Amino acid sequence: MPSVGSNVLRKDGLPKVAGTAKYVDDLTFPGMLYGRTIRSTIPRGKAEQITSQFDLTQFVIATHADIAGENIVHLITDDQPCLVEHEIRHVAEPIMLIAHEDPELLWSANVHVVEIPEEPVLDPLLSTVIQAELIIGGGDVVAGLASADLIVEGEYRTGHQEQLYIETNGVVAVPENGGITLHGSIQCPFYVHRALVRILRLDPDKVRVIQAETGGGFGGKEEYPSILAAHAALLALKAKRPVKMVYDRVEDMLATTKRHPFIVRHRTGVMRDGRMVAADIEIIADGGAYVTLTPVVLSRGAIHAAGPYNIPSVRIHGRAMMTNTPPNGAFRGFGAPQTQFAMEVHVDRIANALGMDAVELRRINALRPGAATATGQRLGPDCSAVDVLDEAVRRSDYYAKRASYTADSVNGGIRRGIGLSLYYHGSGFTGAGELKLASEAAIELTPNGVRVHVASAEIGQGTRTIHAQIVADALGISYDQVETALPDTSLVPDSGPTVASRTCMVVGGILQRCAGELKDRLDGASLGDYYRQHGAVIIKKQYERPKGLIWDEDTYRGDAYGTFAWACDVAEIEFDPDTYEVRPVRLTAVSEIGKAIHPVLVQGQIEGGTAQGVGYALIETVVMRDGAMANSQLTNYTIPTTLDTPAIDTFILERPYEHGPFGAKGVGELPIDGPAPALVNALRQIGLDICELPATPEVLMSHAPAHAHAPAP
Amino acid sequence: MQFTLNGTQITIDAPPMKRLLDVLRQECGLTGTKEGCGEGECGACTVRVNDEAVVSCLVPFAHVDNQRVDTIEGLGGEHPLQRAFAEAGAAQCGICTPGMIMAALTLPQNPSLDDIKQGLAGNLCRCTGYEAIYRAIIANRGSRIADRGPA
Repeated sequence: MPSVGSNVLRKDGLPKVAGTAKYVDDLTFPGMLYGRTIRSTIPRGKAEQITSQFDLTQFVIATHADIAGENIVHLITDDQPCLVEHEIRHVAEPIMLIAHEDPELLWSANVHVVEIPEEPVLDPLLSTVIQAELIIGGGDVVAGLASADLIVEGEYRTGHQEQLYIETNGVVAVPENGGITLHGSIQCPFYVHRALVRILRLDPDKVRVIQAETGGGFGGKEEYPSILAAHAALLALKAKRPVKMVYDRVEDMLATTKRHPFIVRHRTGVMRDGRMVAADIEIIADGGAYVTLTPVVLSRGAIHAAGPYNIPSVRIHGRAMMTNTPPNGAFRGFGAPQTQFAMEVHVDRIANALGMDAVELRRINALRPGAATATGQRLGPDCSAVDVLDEAVRRSDYYAKRASYTADSVNGGIRRGIGLSLYYHGSGFTGAGELKLASEAAIELTPNGVRVHVASAEIGQGTRTIHAQIVADALGISYDQVETALPDTSLVPDSGPTVASRTCMVVGGILQRCAGELKDRLDGASLGDYYRQHGAVIIKKQYERPKGLIWDEDTYRGDAYGTFAWACDVAEIEFDPDTYEVRPVRLTAVSEIGKAIHPVLVQGQIEGGTAQGVGYALIETVVMRDGAMANSQLTNYTIPTTLDTPAIDTFILERPYEHGPFGAKGVGELPIDGPAPALVNALRQIGLDICELPATPEVLMSHAPAHAHAPAP
Repeated sequence: MQFTLNGTQITIDAPPMKRLLDVLRQECGLTGTKEGCGEGECGACTVRVNDEAVVSCLVPFAHVDNQRVDTIEGLGGEHPLQRAFAEAGAAQCGICTPGMIMAALTLPQNPSLDDIKQGLAGNLCRCTGYEAIYRAIIANRGSRIADRGPA
């Protein structure tokens, strides 16, 4: 019986519900020490001497002077030190490491760094340091705008967002075999591996990185763990004992990456009949103190900035600016939630300006098969913008509700509103990214079936399960005959990072080809017979770019992604005009994702991403004060609870992508792009013209037109 | 100090003000109870003391002297609610799951959706949007949510 398309029991399900799954903090090793990071307290300046009222000789101590290799956290740009030498660029920057076997003593040690402050740059608009810049352009925007009946302008702002995985960042570094073994809560074992090799100056085969069970990532464990792993490894190598470093919540929120704040400015030329003819879009991203992944976040944000619309002339100019704030980094959606918030709110404001129905305006302009995106990518038959729009409108009973909500009020003054958003999300790395990654995946014959070898991490999304399903069906064996190897860099090939909605579509696709080759080799023989004859055969394959995909990095033209997943969200809200509280009541999410390998897992991705998007829209506020997160604890950075999360109605459409395994596209990031603009557009029906996130009661009050302040009659 | 852990009376030597969470994880070796925030906001460390759901990061060990403490390990992985969570996709990353299940065990018989939302409002999940958790509990409603594990 085929397992693809069915809801097989997830591979990691039973250990997780039993409480037996082992996360980093559940691991202990003989002689293990605990590590602590001494951090900067100023956003910019110089670190001078370190003082302590403790006898530090009883601690293991590491500074930049203990780094045998390069004091650089390997990623895109070699600008971030593993430990500060002199220059401080942000609050909570690591300066010194200490370790002790008694955690109480460790945390009570009073260590102080003498810091010489300098004037920080905290506003990206005032920064003169550009971390990344790009221009996407096709057609003549100036002429396009000049030919339009109307030009609609708008500026949109989005704030930081904390990933808020429930398990904080953590690692254990164990010195062994003349090198280091790192157990971590991580998304990208080989990112950590490469960073450690450079910092520790060890042969690659002396560095082993093993993913422990990981309690959520959402991008927050993509690049950040590299620096933490290096810290623990430095201490462990110096102490010659295992060292555990698990951040508490406050440290995790203060020090680790967040979603980039964006400012997006739109000038759109439209005709009276609703056609958008030209779009001039400017993006300014706050990159924080170091580059980390900012250029690629900006790139994905810019590519999605014109939304799923067919606009003949588009110019998108993106810049990321350095500020003296903790570096921003990967977070589910990766720039696209910011720019699509701007675009989808802007589209509603265009509809208002034209006096046109917002659904109709979207339908007129929506990308259709054969049309081209802002980068000139011609869309295939799986382009589904109109399909998801129509289904979401129908399923949510949008028009009837919109009509009935007009100016009515229920429950003593509570106002209701409904709004929608249409959006898309590119699957896999941007541009030539997958080609450069050249990911490898393998399957190994076992006495009972096969074992999947990938470095792709199970972080809750169902990696192990869907990979096993794909391999099982490609081989024609049962799901239970497929097991998955531990993501251990000494055992598995580098299937690339667990990011970019690529684990199913890209890595799953490589595994499907591995299984296809094994099936050919079997030539009708049973797996058991073949194993007895040939032993534990391993078949490894590398990513191959589908024929016809073209990308020009210099001009930013071509096929930015293999394909896109499409979605439309309809948000229904209740608004209290006295308190300015917004209660999201219901969110209808219609998503076209190629093929649902495991419908329950897909639904879980959409529901979870939607809830995270609701938090982004309405409640999650990172308060930055003097360059540091002032509310770095769960008591005052709140995420949606059961009572804040609307009822979520998901509906999955399948338009198979010819190069995806069984037609599958990426789904992980898609659902976080849509809730915020849909909710803000629902507020528009109530008369609130909101252009920023999060739309907290304070923000709503400051934007409220006079009549909204009026007491209920 | 003596207390009943998952149905068995045990004696543990630990400081009276040590967090119950740490006593369970360190002295008792039961790591199924997770720490998410250390300040009682996320509910990942939920256990039951005398059948009531508590966040063990805010409970000093002295509080459970001669009391009954039940953790996820006490359910043995065989409880129908555990199976329902696994099948419904109610556990994704799994870090909130033990606490969520322990809190769910204190819900009333045949809980309504509103009962479930109220009862789990102190347990954060970042993965599921809660819908799959509701489905797991509702699917298990007729069967044995009343089976509250070892008494």
